[in-house]
Amino acid sequence: MDNITFLGKQLKNPLVLASGILGNNAKILERVHKAGCGLVTLKSIGPAPRDGHRNPTVIDLGGGMINAVGLPTPGYDHMDAEWQALADRDFPVNASIYGGSVAEFVKVAQFVSDQGPDFIEINISCPNSDHHGMLFGVDEKAAFAVTNAVKKVISVPLIAKLTPAAPDIGKIAKVCEDAGADAICAINTAGPGMVIDIEARTPVLAFKKGGLSGPMIKPVAVRCVYDIYRAVSIPIIGLGGVTTGEDAVEMFMAGATLVGMGSAVRYRGIHVFDLVYRELTDWLAAHHFTRDDIIGAAHNPIAGPDSTAKKSRKTP
Amino acid sequence: MIVDQKPVMLTVAEKTVHTAVYTTLFFDFAIDFRPGQFVMVWLPGIDEKPYSLSYHSPTRFGITIEAKGLFSRRAADLSPGDFVGIRGPFGNGFDIISSPHTAVVAGGCGMAPLAPLVERLHPDLFFVHGARTREFILFPDRFAANRHITTDDGSLGHKGMVTDLLAAEIRRRADQGAPPFDRVYACGPEVMMHAVFTLCDAHGIPCQVSLERYMRCGFGVCGACVCSDQVVCKDGPVFDSKQLKKMPDFNRTALLKSGHAVPLSEYVSWRCL
Repeated sequence: MDNITFLGKQLKNPLVLASGILGNNAKILERVHKAGCGLVTLKSIGPAPRDGHRNPTVIDLGGGMINAVGLPTPGYDHMDAEWQALADRDFPVNASIYGGSVAEFVKVAQFVSDQGPDFIEINISCPNSDHHGMLFGVDEKAAFAVTNAVKKVISVPLIAKLTPAAPDIGKIAKVCEDAGADAICAINTAGPGMVIDIEARTPVLAFKKGGLSGPMIKPVAVRCVYDIYRAVSIPIIGLGGVTTGEDAVEMFMAGATLVGMGSAVRYRGIHVFDLVYRELTDWLAAHHFTRDDIIGAAHNPIAGPDSTAKKSRKTP
Repeated sequence: MIVDQKPVMLTVAEKTVHTAVYTTLFFDFAIDFRPGQFVMVWLPGIDEKPYSLSYHSPTRFGITIEAKGLFSRRAADLSPGDFVGIRGPFGNGFDIISSPHTAVVAGGCGMAPLAPLVERLHPDLFFVHGARTREFILFPDRFAANRHITTDDGSLGHKGMVTDLLAAEIRRRADQGAPPFDRVYACGPEVMMHAVFTLCDAHGIPCQVSLERYMRCGFGVCGACVCSDQVVCKDGPVFDSKQLKKMPDFNRTALLKSGHAVPLSEYVSWRCL
């Protein structure tokens, strides 16, 4: 399974660090890579400096987390030192970006593309800001417009990150594919949800509502990846609640080409990537499968793992 | 009892006003704790911030607040019976070695996390405490151990820096053939901790310092507090010499709330607002 090719780039394995987790500087991304992650993702970069919300912003609920960090960013043009540090890297990087309008997405995308990331991921799915993100991910016309516009100004493969809040996530994925996306990443946090402290009689998060992540959302994520796989031919990064090698197998069977993790860092530490890679490899070996055998396997279970639900899919 | 998930609302059991700037809030609640660890303190409707525990017993813990910003002034104004949300404890504490040859170096409210440590160390430790003026010397009467005071203005004890006294003691021990320090513990302004670290390093003495960065989650996922490749809330806040040597951002760079990396001096003036 070592050294796989994804959208023309070499990755040491199919595990991805989700955007928004530990992606604040080049040094910590390098550490995550060394801890067994095939593709690391920068925290979403926006059009202008932004502090995010007041605390509490991230709370662990046990079976998962709720967060409304609120898209803090230094702003795309205030990151010289970081871009410089990343220029000398020896590991692949996915740059997540966001904007409040198509024009802002384009401005950020163009600049970020010039800094030489391996991929650009458009975050059209963040539930934690009033004016950014999710709007684009639940409306087909908006999703097409932003994907199409960004695709035209960047020179690296484009990944669209989708929200499970879309009424039909398969349709949104298809629209993104038609607009030029090279891959889909699904899912961003679910919800938004709310946690009220009954003693304080107030929502715990300062932003009141927040996105859900971690094991509690895995069934939602698996369903979304399954739906997207039936709707598109481009590869999918399956993400949401994966914490173990068996979770990763489930995500591959739903149709993912790569599998991402975020909240899993809370539950098993940064080395969760090493752990899950080993568990995944052991499971495949024990079942005499390769990763290719199981991608999309759940779509045609009776015919066995060799067949896929669709006849022709682009090689990732 | 697990409290490192969503906040547990606790009532302030007792409040001690030490000086115009320092106040301690006590909570009658059992918390599993190592000196150096911290809790996230939530004031509903205001904000949530990390505070190290300054007092700890099997049935009670305390946090000491330096009133300097909006949050800390509101926290210092709380009264017994008021609710506060607590998550934690988080992070790694100090490694405690029981030896008469340890030193503790505190600067300003860096005394707070060191206080429960001092209470667990050998009473013959070498103990230096520095502050701007005598009004900023926290817990002046708390410890049995002999404390060497330094102030910037000379209003109490030695006029000068904590490292003056630490360096003199390191020299004295070497000159008199006394055993060198096994370990030096420090907490205070980062520039002071860096000076302690540098001094210790020059003499081959291992040291542990407690770093401070802007924090959100407290448990190592959001990345707001990264210092080089270390996550201060989870890998720290206590780091030893070996780790500090591999952290070029120590005493150099910190992230603002936006994630913007700035020189430490700019970060410090923002945090003191």
